[in-house]
Amino acid sequence: MSVALPASRAEQARVRRGSGDRVFRLLVAFCAGFVLLSLGAVAALMLTGGLPALRNFGFAFLYRSVWDPVRQDFGAFVPIYGTLVTSLIAMLIAVPISFGIALFLSEVAPSWLRAPVAAAIELLAGIPSIIYGMWGLFVFVPFMADWVEPWIDDNLGAIPFLGALFRGPPLGIGMLTAGIILGVMVIPFISSVMRDVFALVPPTLRESAFGLGATRWEVVRGVVLPYTRTAVVGGIFLGLGRALGETMAVTFVLGNAHEFAISLLKPGNSIAAAIANEFTEADSDMYRSSLVALGFVLFVVTFIVLALAKLMLIRLARREGT
Amino acid sequence: MTSMRSHGRARWRRVKNVFALGLGGVATVIGLGFLAWILVVTLVNGLSALNLALFTQMTPPPGAEGGLLNAIFGSAIMILVAMLLGAPIGILAGTHLAEYGRSGAIAEVIRFINDILLSAPSIVIGLFVYQLVVRPTGHFSGWAGAASLGFILLPVLVRTTDETMRLLPITLREAALALGAPQWRVIVQVLYPAARTGLLTGLLLGLARISGETAPLLFTALNNQYFTADLSQPMANIPVVIFQFALSPYDAWHALAWAGALLMTLFVLVVSVGARIALRRRVG
Amino acid sequence: MPESMPLALAEAGPRGAAAKMSIRALDFYYGDNRALKNVSLDLPDRQVTGMIGPSGCGKSTLLRVLNRMYDLYPGQRATGEVLLDGENIIGPGLDLNLLRSRVGMVFQKPTPFPMTVYENIAFGVRLHERLSRTAMDERVEWSLTRAAIWDEVKDRLRSSAIGLSGGQQQRLCIARSIAVRPDVILLDEPTSALDPISTLKVEELIDELKQDFTIAIVTHNMQQAARCADQVAFFYLGEVVEVGSAEQIFTAPRERLTQEYITGRFG
Repeated sequence: MSVALPASRAEQARVRRGSGDRVFRLLVAFCAGFVLLSLGAVAALMLTGGLPALRNFGFAFLYRSVWDPVRQDFGAFVPIYGTLVTSLIAMLIAVPISFGIALFLSEVAPSWLRAPVAAAIELLAGIPSIIYGMWGLFVFVPFMADWVEPWIDDNLGAIPFLGALFRGPPLGIGMLTAGIILGVMVIPFISSVMRDVFALVPPTLRESAFGLGATRWEVVRGVVLPYTRTAVVGGIFLGLGRALGETMAVTFVLGNAHEFAISLLKPGNSIAAAIANEFTEADSDMYRSSLVALGFVLFVVTFIVLALAKLMLIRLARREGT
Repeated sequence: MTSMRSHGRARWRRVKNVFALGLGGVATVIGLGFLAWILVVTLVNGLSALNLALFTQMTPPPGAEGGLLNAIFGSAIMILVAMLLGAPIGILAGTHLAEYGRSGAIAEVIRFINDILLSAPSIVIGLFVYQLVVRPTGHFSGWAGAASLGFILLPVLVRTTDETMRLLPITLREAALALGAPQWRVIVQVLYPAARTGLLTGLLLGLARISGETAPLLFTALNNQYFTADLSQPMANIPVVIFQFALSPYDAWHALAWAGALLMTLFVLVVSVGARIALRRRVG
Repeated sequence: MPESMPLALAEAGPRGAAAKMSIRALDFYYGDNRALKNVSLDLPDRQVTGMIGPSGCGKSTLLRVLNRMYDLYPGQRATGEVLLDGENIIGPGLDLNLLRSRVGMVFQKPTPFPMTVYENIAFGVRLHERLSRTAMDERVEWSLTRAAIWDEVKDRLRSSAIGLSGGQQQRLCIARSIAVRPDVILLDEPTSALDPISTLKVEELIDELKQDFTIAIVTHNMQQAARCADQVAFFYLGEVVEVGSAEQIFTAPRERLTQEYITGRFG
């Protein structure tokens, strides 16, 4: 039987060293795993929390428009519809404006103006969302009620079919106002993605188009946009993901209504606003579970939108890399 | 021989060009206009509500005068705890991605998931922490509020750490490893100091982000009319106070909400501008 | 214009051809840095002018003056005269888009646009002309044929140009330039990113194209200059050191610097 020789000093040090590496490696891997786990935990806990409601109301939870805490009967159609409509309005406003800003910053503005204007636009993203909410409630709602909505009601309300969207009392609150505020909020996200990907277009490609005699606008339309198409759509989806889940900016101005209204001028609701308004007051398990189920729906939708956004942004990055 | 002064079709193309680029300018003015509008409104209303009592008195009962001391303190303590919880995990996870996982498939998945967490609706995080902490413990608490802010902070730090450390030259690692230093010491003693401005930027960006969050606090920290330093109790905080006071019918509460809004906006903007300056210094 | 015509005609190139472009006392600045110093050079009509010289000598800069590409960047400016058919193109009041439709450019690396082969050609044509469907088809076939790539791409006109090989992409870019029917084509090291066989094809193409176009080519490859160019200009530190026929420059250079460069003593 042989007895192990005592390790030399150097070897001892090496052993300790190796174990230090192992411990550190495990520690950082654990933290990285924590990130992975937390998204899974969000999904799992939201699902289990919402399960009683989903089980009770079944698939109809998604398309019934009843919301009656007294009789414990819940259907999510109005907030889901409100979320989609306000986000759509937001996109209709934010996409063209963001593109215009990206165009201005990458093609028009003299170089000394670019950095300050870009920084100012990014400040819009830095303003806390509840500030948008307060500005919306105290300033923008009265503005819409006094100046914009009466005009819309008079002029657009008469259009056949579509007019129904624009008829209503000029209250200021409602899906139109909320959509516009959301649009302003997501402008910095979309425009900064657009500006970043426009900058990825190889200079020689742009110069080739200029070399054929194209104007700046023709270069953007003909070469820059086709080259960056998927990433631009990715940026738009990123903004959409933000708009779908935004809470505080719209909670004040939506009106927290649970009756379905086709008019954009009437009070509406959104998933996030319904949760913010009602969760702490929810006095029964079924009520609370219905709100968590709403949150789960929001989580799933934004997950899909954000994942698509990410995949589209990665595609351009890949092509750049090769 | 054709002269090169524009005519006909060429002139039309020029007009279209000027028009399109001009619309870009208009869009920029609209964006900047909204920024100015929101900032001026916050500034004017906030300044007129600003006074010393904000920092010395508690939030008042309905209709009465008061201050924001308990809310300021509560926000500060929860943000601090959130940083202490979220920052180490975020930085270490980012280190894993940059140093151990560079281009592996798992690292790519984690980056992907992290980017989704980064943009996930904060109200969902609030509900999640409600399910995770508030329901099992049976009551709202400062801990729950800090945890939900921590979860929001986490992906910010993972990403900035990952990006900063991947920018460090490979020769820096090789030079340290060639001296016989173990990898963890290379990371802690060489790479972290080399990446310190980037890490600082990440911390500041994360601080700015969580300082303005309201939705995750609504059903975690809730609110508290009184001063408390006990994290196991519901805790007052600026955003939820603004939320409740703004929706109230009382002028005194509105004034406090504006004052809180101004303080919060100033803090967030100063911190994020600070982060940008730190970032520029790194690049420059 | 008319008063400068006789001058342009008088300044004849080595084979007695009239000058398509005449560069007179041209200075060029990147900010305060003077990159071209008092450059004068003629590009004889329907001949190939090769521009050689060590890196940073200003030959690519000169190319970017000839179609005013430098205008895209602030802080870059040119003084002097560059006459295209007697009209000074340096100076205000000129429609840059029209200028560039008459002076085409092909870059070092192929720059196919992210669209189909057909659309790559049609893009530039549509900017300047309204053509019927059939006329456009003809124009596309014509330019691809002239660029000696028609046979290789005629069955894949509707697929993405990104899928072509590097050599094919570069010939596509040449086709795209000539589809606009310019007078002058500027080639900025067009073969430096290509393999030898593709390089050979492009060189043959250049020889073919000079029947119709005035060509200026910047190259680092002395053999290429000798093979392709009728006239060669040697640049050094932003100045033209020597201009002459290709034969004269490579066999009997007048200047010591030229000789040292072509024998490979520096570069």
